[in-house]
Amino acid sequence: MLLRYLSQIGKYFLMWKEIFSKQTKWSVMRVLIFKEIDDLILGSLGIVAFISFFVGGVVSIQTALNLNNPLIPRTIIGYATRESVILEFAPTFISIIMAGKMGSFITSSIGSMRVTEQIDALEVMGVNSLNYLVFPKLIAVLLYPFIIGISMFLGSFGGYIAAVYGGFTTSSDFIDGLQINFVPFHVTYAFIKAFVFAILLATIPSFHGYYMKGGALEVGKASTVAFVWTSVTIILMNYILTQLLLT
Amino acid sequence: MITIENIEKSFGGTKILKGVSAVFETGKTNLIIGQSGSGKTVLLKSLLGIHTPEVGTISFDGRVYSDLSSEEKRELRTEIGMLFQGSALFDSMTVAENVAFPLKMFTKDNNNKIQKRVDFVLKRVALVDAHNKLPSEISGGMQKRVAIARAIVNNPKYLFCDEPNSGLDPNTATLIDNLIKEITEEYNITTVINTHDMNSVMEIGEKIIFLKNGLKEWEGTKEEIFRTDNEGIVDFVYSSNLFKKVREAYLKG
Ligand SMILES: Nc1ncnc2c1ncn2[C@@H]1O[C@H](COP(=O)(O)OP(=O)(O)OP(=O)(O)O)[C@@H](O)[C@H]1O
Ligand SMILES: [Mg+2]
Repeated sequence: MLLRYLSQIGKYFLMWKEIFSKQTKWSVMRVLIFKEIDDLILGSLGIVAFISFFVGGVVSIQTALNLNNPLIPRTIIGYATRESVILEFAPTFISIIMAGKMGSFITSSIGSMRVTEQIDALEVMGVNSLNYLVFPKLIAVLLYPFIIGISMFLGSFGGYIAAVYGGFTTSSDFIDGLQINFVPFHVTYAFIKAFVFAILLATIPSFHGYYMKGGALEVGKASTVAFVWTSVTIILMNYILTQLLLT
Repeated sequence: MITIENIEKSFGGTKILKGVSAVFETGKTNLIIGQSGSGKTVLLKSLLGIHTPEVGTISFDGRVYSDLSSEEKRELRTEIGMLFQGSALFDSMTVAENVAFPLKMFTKDNNNKIQKRVDFVLKRVALVDAHNKLPSEISGGMQKRVAIARAIVNNPKYLFCDEPNSGLDPNTATLIDNLIKEITEEYNITTVINTHDMNSVMEIGEKIIFLKNGLKEWEGTKEEIFRTDNEGIVDFVYSSNLFKKVREAYLKG
């Protein structure tokens, strides 16, 4: 059991080597990269915007409702919203959702190419199929922190709307709250996390799709397994990075 | 010419190929026949380098596959065309894009030249108005023809076909068989075809290798297949009543 996990992990790192060996022609690769940006990044904006806005709103309402002590300033609402959105909600929570959305898309699209022998077809032609399939995804997810940036903004904005229009605080209090004790490094920390998670989001589902065996049924199973592993890895990396960067 | 010597291949302790040797000739359709599960696909995939045999050598016109560097292997593969059992067309690309793919990947040809070549091979496989359709929008027989077009577009020296006519009606199947044979002769390709279809054998069996229990049990031509007393072959061929009758008629003269 343990041995199997270890050999899987070894295989995952060998995959990395293969992704970067023998590059696909740039004229072909360029088109692939734009397609992946469209599918993975632009295709995720809608759902990320929707979730961020409403969760940001809920965070600020929850904070407001828990403020029973009149001595605590109302600015805390903006402050708490900002901190939770930037530190955890945008980089980590959104990444877990993306492990479901982006991840299952990646695993099932690569997995179905595996079961219909399209990957064999690439290899037989002399194409480095791992480079062809995974490299453009890796490049595309370099834009992933951009999604997280949008999520941070919309999360805070959702918090503002909910707090101000829900009558919990005034606009200027909320905005003051957003600005107090601002630590720029927290944003850096969040983007470092986003970057690491992006790499995991692109490669772990690719790994599970690429090395799957069987038929259409197994493609579905592989997507589920990929989701579990991607989110577990994200949670663990979140812990490790927080230890390294914030303590 | 492809020569294989003493190929052995196992999966999880089970030996599928137990030492197969054969010669596949240039400009001819070489058939590998045998019952389902006899290892035809495994043999073909070993030739392609998708499987690596534990024992034995495979050489392509003198180039021993296992001695090549990975760069040379990729080079060799650009000389190979492969027709997969399920066509294996790229389902996100149109018919024309599928056929153009090997050229875009491996030649420096400009778009205009590629387009001309694509038109030419699609015409060659008798598909003229499917350029912009997706694989999911055309029939299985048409998919096979697109796959043939894709396999031959880059002028391969070697063409491999895994059950090129499985799942097709007899007419279309014959059409595909003959298309492969014509192309083989026209461009002097070394073609290796897997099949368990006796119609194909009679149609295009210029050189036949019969696999049984992981060994080459018999080899010969379609003319010889009727005359042999090899039990395995007789069992295999005459499992169909139609062919039993043909044999009787043939032996009577
Ligand atoms: N990747 C693999 N892993 C494990 N076993 C395999 C693998 N590929 C093939 N086999 C086994 O090898 C044997 C031969 O399979 P193969 O696909 O070559 O048969 P075939 O002659 O092509 O049959 P068919 O006519 O049905 O296509 C089968 O018993 C199969 O289970
Ligand atoms: Mg087979």
